[in-house]
Amino acid sequence: MSKTMKSVAIVGAVAAAMTAHSTTTASAAGKEKCYGISLAGENDCAAGAGTTCAGTSTVDYQGNAWTLVDAGTCAEIELPALADGTPRQGSLEELDRDLPSA
Amino acid sequence: MLDATLTPPRLPSAPGVGYKAQHFTELRADPGPVKWLEIHAENYMGDGGRPHAQLGALRDDFAISVHGVGLSIGGEGRLDPDHLARLQHLVGWLEPASFSEHLAWSTHGAEFLDDLLPLPYTDATLTRVADHIDEVQEALGRRMLLENPSSYLAFAESTWSETDFLAELVRRTGCGLLLDVNNVFISATNLGYTPQSYLDAYPLSAVGEIHIGGHDEDEDDHGAPLLIDSHGREAAEPVWALLDHALAGTGPAPVLVEWDNDVPDWPTLRAEADRAAAALATINAG
Amino acid sequence: MAASQSDFRAALLDPDRPVPDGLTDGDGNPTTRRFSVYRNNVTVALIDAMRTGFPVLAKLLGDQNFDQLARLFARAHPPASPLMMHYGEALPAFLDGFEPLAHIGYLSDVAQLELAVRQSYHAADSTPLDAARLGAVAPDVLMRTRLRLAPAVQFLSSRWPIVDIWRYNMENGAQKPRGIAQSVLITRTEFDPERHAISDAQFAWLSAILADATLEEAGDAATEMDPEFDLGPLLTLLIQHNALTDMITPKE
Repeated sequence: MSKTMKSVAIVGAVAAAMTAHSTTTASAAGKEKCYGISLAGENDCAAGAGTTCAGTSTVDYQGNAWTLVDAGTCAEIELPALADGTPRQGSLEELDRDLPSA
Repeated sequence: MLDATLTPPRLPSAPGVGYKAQHFTELRADPGPVKWLEIHAENYMGDGGRPHAQLGALRDDFAISVHGVGLSIGGEGRLDPDHLARLQHLVGWLEPASFSEHLAWSTHGAEFLDDLLPLPYTDATLTRVADHIDEVQEALGRRMLLENPSSYLAFAESTWSETDFLAELVRRTGCGLLLDVNNVFISATNLGYTPQSYLDAYPLSAVGEIHIGGHDEDEDDHGAPLLIDSHGREAAEPVWALLDHALAGTGPAPVLVEWDNDVPDWPTLRAEADRAAAALATINAG
Repeated sequence: MAASQSDFRAALLDPDRPVPDGLTDGDGNPTTRRFSVYRNNVTVALIDAMRTGFPVLAKLLGDQNFDQLARLFARAHPPASPLMMHYGEALPAFLDGFEPLAHIGYLSDVAQLELAVRQSYHAADSTPLDAARLGAVAPDVLMRTRLRLAPAVQFLSSRWPIVDIWRYNMENGAQKPRGIAQSVLITRTEFDPERHAISDAQFAWLSAILADATLEEAGDAATEMDPEFDLGPLLTLLIQHNALTDMITPKE
């Protein structure tokens, strides 16, 4: 692509973008749709409630003790093998077959 | 020892609540008796975004107390200079009415264990904790409050009672105290003494803030009651009675309702603040 | 003998270790269940933080499977700082080496996406670039102009349909993930991060801009990926979502 053509492409893109505007203007922190959305773990000073065994249970994933106890949405997702030879994704059912039962 | 002229503005002797982002709108529309909010320092140590924006709006209507949970004042190692700098930054822009931390440790080496862990009360730990408090107060340029922990066990090597240990820290560093009456009740039950005897030995004149909150009940290896500091429900009746007992000694004080697990809707939390207001009204009337 | 904080810490994270010496219930009795309270507190706090921070992974695996994974991860990688908002940075690498889930190839990339969303959420605020400034630049100068991205902007590429996977788990009625590779751009117009699927050429352009390339150089990088590359849609999207903060024109 020539210098001129590149320039035309960039100027054209800027001109197209000029008609765009920010979808919102800055509003107060308390915007109704926004409050209370916490995406990350928070620090607090309370003990974990109702959890008498979480800290003492052991799971050894190198042995047979990695027990799959429920199913997630990955069981519903079927993806073909990717071109680069990445192992085919499987479902949790397949995982159950692959490992000796605990 | 801290220069007394550095003492910052105090929290109002009124109810406060531990701030939760989901209460932002209702809390401002219907604060009830709530005059101040407590935030956990570490949740506002990001670079910006909604947490900071909310805090910027709330500080117009409420006094703010910054409550640290990650400084590890009771740690064996030195205080984390990066974390202290973050705290300095937060306290610098927010200019809160109070800063408090815990008599506990949570960091070991480069690891943060996300719990308030216990320490033995000995001459050696007293010196170390006092040094750490001095360092914090110098870095922040203000007096801090130190909170008594909830204890599930004790250390055989301890030579100080917790109340004497706290009183000596106040004497050496000039810090104030945050009295958590739920923690007093939990520790007393778990370690076999009466909460009243703890309060009788506790330096109530140094109290700058009081905490109240809920706990869970469990049992130890022998079926003895083991209370857990879960902050997941209303405060128990004997803990409210202990608040009255404490307020009788301290006089009017800022009283915070803590609720961190299974956080309820705003009216439920407000009702706890109403109850704290009633306890304070009794003191003011008396 | 007294328990050091090292002993205490080691026993907290490894339930096979005995309770440290020197702990009492105040009455000389064993303290196993009492010490377990601290074990629970640490473990549960870290699992809770993981579940809050990786909601898509939790849905993909199922809550109980996720909790098992989170417990293994937490014991191997306790937080390196007291800022729980960023906890889990080591999870993508941990998943890459985690044999029992190795057959679900996209988990690590989904974890990357969830970390990037959190980074964006907590990133510094910024003032958006006034697009009129860009429009006023002469064409020859525009070629040599550089752009600055907002601190909340993140982008990453994947061999998996990570945007589809995200939508399928987080949006009602979203279609099943297609067998395609997707790159994703995260913007934060105000306070909530937004995810946009982008092409490889758009990814290449953003990477170049982040590395301080001029508009000409970034255009070249994108055109190399896709000769039909058109900057217009991406530039429009960036302006609409407050993703540009400044432009640097060359000194004459």
